[in-house]
Amino acid sequence: MTGRDAGKAMKYLDEFRDGKLTRRLLDEVRKTVTRPWKLMEICGGQTHSILRSGLDQLLPENLELVHGPGCPVCVTPLELIDKAIALAARPEVIFASYGDMLRVPGSGRDLFSVRAAGGDVRVVYSPLDTLKIAHENPKKQVVFFAIGFETTAPANAMAVIQAERQGLRNFSVLVSHVTVPPAISAILESGQAGVNGFLAAGHVCTVMGYWEYEPLAGRYGVPVVVTGFEPVDIARGVLMCVRQLEQGKAEVENAYARSVCREGNKPAQAVIRRVFEPCDRAWRGIGVIPGSGYRLREAYAAFDAETRFPDVRGILTQESPVCISGLVLQGLKKPSECPAFGALCTPQAPLGATMVSSEGACAAYFRYGRHADSPMAREVRA
Amino acid sequence: MSGKPRLEGWTCPAPLRNYPTIVLGHGSGGLMMADLIRHLFAPALGNELLDQMADSTVIDASSMLQAAGEGARLAFTTDSFVVSPIVFPGGDIGELAVNGTVNDLAMSGAEPLLLSAAFILEEGLPMETLARIAESVRRACEAAGVKVVAGDTKVVNRGHGDGVYISMAGLGVIPPAVRIAPGLGRPGDAVLVSGTMGDHGMAVLSRREGLAFETTLESDTAPLAGLVKAMIATSRDIHCLRDLTRGGLAAALNELAAASKVGVEFYEARVPVRPAVRAACEMLGFDPLYVANEGKLVCFVPEGEAKAVLIAMRAHPLGREAARIGTVVADHPERVVARTAIGGSRLVDLPAGELLPRIC
Repeated sequence: MTGRDAGKAMKYLDEFRDGKLTRRLLDEVRKTVTRPWKLMEICGGQTHSILRSGLDQLLPENLELVHGPGCPVCVTPLELIDKAIALAARPEVIFASYGDMLRVPGSGRDLFSVRAAGGDVRVVYSPLDTLKIAHENPKKQVVFFAIGFETTAPANAMAVIQAERQGLRNFSVLVSHVTVPPAISAILESGQAGVNGFLAAGHVCTVMGYWEYEPLAGRYGVPVVVTGFEPVDIARGVLMCVRQLEQGKAEVENAYARSVCREGNKPAQAVIRRVFEPCDRAWRGIGVIPGSGYRLREAYAAFDAETRFPDVRGILTQESPVCISGLVLQGLKKPSECPAFGALCTPQAPLGATMVSSEGACAAYFRYGRHADSPMAREVRA
Repeated sequence: MSGKPRLEGWTCPAPLRNYPTIVLGHGSGGLMMADLIRHLFAPALGNELLDQMADSTVIDASSMLQAAGEGARLAFTTDSFVVSPIVFPGGDIGELAVNGTVNDLAMSGAEPLLLSAAFILEEGLPMETLARIAESVRRACEAAGVKVVAGDTKVVNRGHGDGVYISMAGLGVIPPAVRIAPGLGRPGDAVLVSGTMGDHGMAVLSRREGLAFETTLESDTAPLAGLVKAMIATSRDIHCLRDLTRGGLAAALNELAAASKVGVEFYEARVPVRPAVRAACEMLGFDPLYVANEGKLVCFVPEGEAKAVLIAMRAHPLGREAARIGTVVADHPERVVARTAIGGSRLVDLPAGELLPRIC
């Protein structure tokens, strides 16, 4: 692409960060809202985008955004992190993980400390890179920490399929996959959060489509709007959601059509189904949500790190009693309402995963200065 | 080839050719080390001061100061370089070390003059790589107008180093009447940056094992003393300079705000970022404000001088994309606030630790 063409091309980023367009959409939101509403954005990526762009400061006062459980790092149970740490510390293991899991503290230490103590802990961007590490280190056992929502599930499943195809005997996965619709059901079922509408996570829907949300919208009478991650996307998602609420509708709408269709990515779904099956899964700070996770199917049990290293199965862990990350993840509390926030608990010394992960709501509040008593907060109030 | 062989000035390359890689013997203090210095380091870095080959190099500081004029002062700095990979798009560790040390001197307004260089080599380092690094130290010194006048070499066991570490110290002279320090920022100062953010960090990351991605990005490693000289020639009232290294613009602004006990406000949309850096940051979940540069600076200068300094920066090859991004304020001292493109604001804090790629 050269010359004039380059000037006209969509960049798929700048257009969706346009300040004027975002403000225009938010003006429209202001005109539409007549009553108090509470919306939940599901995904931690959306939470960060909202706080990073300051979109939360530009919403009408009676429209509240609460932050959902959609940060895979945050909801991974402490027990599983302790298992990961135990595996990573074994001399025969190379432990590979997505980057932001490294800083999450287990009950004792984090993966960084394991690395500093001599453990071979590596950051990978794609799980398929882990297979290369396994090939290059035939005498080592390579374990990949397969966490995430439906978004990372296809790539993680594909790594297992490839490992089987290549006959890799020194590769296994520690699985902690979670899925969105059961979590939304659980939040609505509990009725505590008082959420009126949802902004569904655009990338999860890119894989899964949005048909799964249609029964939820109908059963609980809540609008669900599939929403992207840039300020224009989020403002548009918010607008579509409050329009439905004001009109008394509860439908599933798509505000992220450049990436999402109703049926989703079927080959990716087939890969997930081939390798994983639904299971009950514990969410950090929330507890067990029925049918809310994926585990390896029996046919792939040979690649299950908990089968290969059976002694990690015995690890059982309790959470910090001070941390309210579970309430934050359910939208019941704002991070700044936690007594430990910013004092006992900071990104340097986190008590819970929501302060650690780059997608965690507590980390976002801390990083972007939404402290209850910060100069920024005062300025925004004034 | 015909005629008699020319032996004048010829040195035997045999001792080095015998060893295609660094071995422990090269740090032994014996013949092998002497060979390494004679055949590899001296041809690249030799000068009348280094050639004293004494335990300490004797320099004439008083004439250095006199040459700069009455009231000139010395600036002294040290820095260590441990980049991985040691050769990256747009440069290598040798060039990076010289430029990094030169830039630390330049940030006090000093004209850099003399460097020391200590090389910590890992057993197994290809001799060819070391020769390339020595050559790029030479070229970088030439470009910055500095000399290496003291040196040291050590070899560590394989597995105890990352190929090569370089530790440098630098000495420079601050011209009379130049007063630039991190604590001198004042409310009302304009905040200028000399170019695009994050180029070095993303170029290095693009070649790191496990994260490698295709990009045409190159490191921006460059000596900033010339740019600073042009800025000082325009205004003798520059308050603060900081080169943007680890922690990027976010760290530099926070450090200056803390040292000067002032607040900083800047417009995010005015911060120059190359599209390729932005794209790579998006992919990995990084914020360009936190990604390292090695040839960029941020400057606090009184409002009245800002325009002239910005013009001077843009006239210099290393400041073509310079921009005014914000203002020093009396409100929220020691805090840095970004005004976002959509009209919101957010705190820009120090980075918590190592930058980590995000999961999705």
